Amino acid sequence: MALIAILAIPLLAALLGWVPPLRRVAWGITVASTSTVFALAAYVSAEVIANKRVIGAPGWFEADGLSALMLVLVSFVVALASVFAGGYMRHGEHQASRLWWFYSNYNLLAFALLAVPSLAESNLVWVAVELITLFSVLLVGFDNTAGALEAAWKFAVLTMMGAPIALFGFFTLFWAYHSATGGSWETWEGLRTAASSMDPNLLKLSFLLVFVGFGAKSGLAPMHTWLPDAHSQAPTPVCAVLSGVKTTVPLYVILRFLSIVLASPVARLGNWMIVLGLISVGIAAFLLLQVRDYKRMFAYSTVEHMGVILIAAGMATQASDFGAVSQMLNHAITKSLCFYVAGVILLILGTREIQSVRGLFRTSPFAGSMLVLCSLAIAGAPPFPIFLSEFSILSAGMRAGQYTVVAILATLIVIAFVAIMLHVNGMVFGKPAAPRLTEALPASCRFAVLVAAAPVVLLGVYIPAPVHNLLQLAAQQLGGR
Amino acid sequence: MPTSTPEALNTLSAGLILISAFAMVATRQVQGVVRFFVIQSLLLAASSFLLGYGRNSVHLWALGAITIAAKVVTIPWVLRRLLPGEFYERREISQAVNIPSSLLLALLLTVAAEFLTGPLAMAARDPVVRVNLPIGLAGVLIGAYSLIARREAIPQLIGILAMENGAFFAGIAIAPELPLIAELAVALDVILIAVVVGLLTRNIRQTIGTTEAGALSELKEDPAAWL
Repeated sequence: MALIAILAIPLLAALLGWVPPLRRVAWGITVASTSTVFALAAYVSAEVIANKRVIGAPGWFEADGLSALMLVLVSFVVALASVFAGGYMRHGEHQASRLWWFYSNYNLLAFALLAVPSLAESNLVWVAVELITLFSVLLVGFDNTAGALEAAWKFAVLTMMGAPIALFGFFTLFWAYHSATGGSWETWEGLRTAASSMDPNLLKLSFLLVFVGFGAKSGLAPMHTWLPDAHSQAPTPVCAVLSGVKTTVPLYVILRFLSIVLASPVARLGNWMIVLGLISVGIAAFLLLQVRDYKRMFAYSTVEHMGVILIAAGMATQASDFGAVSQMLNHAITKSLCFYVAGVILLILGTREIQSVRGLFRTSPFAGSMLVLCSLAIAGAPPFPIFLSEFSILSAGMRAGQYTVVAILATLIVIAFVAIMLHVNGMVFGKPAAPRLTEALPASCRFAVLVAAAPVVLLGVYIPAPVHNLLQLAAQQLGGR
Repeated sequence: MPTSTPEALNTLSAGLILISAFAMVATRQVQGVVRFFVIQSLLLAASSFLLGYGRNSVHLWALGAITIAAKVVTIPWVLRRLLPGEFYERREISQAVNIPSSLLLALLLTVAAEFLTGPLAMAARDPVVRVNLPIGLAGVLIGAYSLIARREAIPQLIGILAMENGAFFAGIAIAPELPLIAELAVALDVILIAVVVGLLTRNIRQTIGTTEAGALSELKEDPAAWL
């Protein structure tokens, strides 16, 4: 039931937004719906940790460890971003009369994002991923400025182009499944059990097609070009959702396909993923050096992290799988914090240029210290969680004997770290670009930043037992040995 | 080799689908691109009716019907309604590569598709798969190419839809029993295209003054910073 409710509540909230008398309270409805969904997702994961399987409708909606982890991540980011939106969207040049439309769309995006991990029927996943594209295009273009429309157009074309390619991949997988078993009802679990009898060439082809198609949607190089545009132009709460979880959701589908390939005794694709992951990390690291807009900076760091997750999953050992799912968790919580902070800076100074932000500590001690905190965390400095997961991925690589990969990856991570810290150093210290802030920031923005910062600080020093168990269950689903 | 009449006709339709993909690359005007896309979609529907008849599959009949409703009727209507200016404009589509070279590249992509899927199709021992799989992949690749080479809104959208036609053409052969996804996918397309075209292209023209996607180049890293 909980799984069905997780999907029904955002849909209901989106519908309520269309009722004229309720339009004024659209924000309240959104916060209520997304936080209820977060509570339900936490409940689902507690169940998963206890009995390992939650069923909403057998064969349609089921949750295992990996889905439960994704549900928690998506709902956490979506809930907090909606709180942040309350204060953020009232300021700036957003049209107040269209805000209800924004929230309605936001709920629909939440629905689509939550649908992907809750679906057990693999083909509907393709449809759900397409829905994500539709609603996020509308949100990216919400501001109707030239930049926002350009970003939305690029985003629409590049990510919709991936869809037919991925569709071809789903067809090929069905072909392999149908000719091996004669069945025509695919669930992730059923596919994995049948994998050993499927034609390995078909499995590989279907994986590669889905990888290319959905890789574009999760911002893997060289199809990443939409990502910095969309993330710099969209309203900041949307950026947090896009960067924090919208990129990992298609990646989740890729990882499901990978686990099917890994379940087959002959098909092997790990090296492909490692090479493509390294390309993403490399391109992102060097673009980070010369970026001039701080929202784009965080966007490129997303490309980097997607590459790291891909490399970890490609190594396909138990330890590296654990690193991959921890990186997904840490990326989601840290990157959403980064965008809240970026949104706060944008509210204070009204510019996205790194050059124009100087001496932020003096202007607003709150924003300045939070910027230092989140950039250290996102760049992977100890003792923050991303350091832990990247370190565990590197050490898993050493144990798997992938010395070259580890060496290249470590170098690129260091370059990205230096790049981010150089930019942030200039933004925080020095002669202030604006006088000390007198009016207080919107309470909902401060609240969202502080709540988002809590797990980023906490998970670096202490991982609670339920989180650890959930990560382990999720890692098992990736099928590494 | 094809044995029954529906299968033989499917092969004919496959050839024509490939020709219409080439025609889309060769056309210089928006209207022409849309026209060839409609022809291609009609051929796809015809193929799925033929195979649905030959294999007694309700899904393929449904897919054919939805394809006609969505791609032959609704999408061209939406484009004509929402963007009459762009639709009827009689000027050349701006593109990155000239048409003769484009056709040559499309030919290379077709050969590559045949080459890539050859072993798989041979292993399938199904004459329909042997025809549809390479041509479907060629359709996807040519669509992707025209999407990259063309810099205008409507041709880009049509490029995406043509890619999808290719995927479906392979799909009706390799996954004819696949429930739900195909029907839902086409229906979803109509919504996607209508919404994206309606909201974005019109707004883009109002704000920027053109739907030439090549003119959208505000957002990128400064190349000078590389030096």
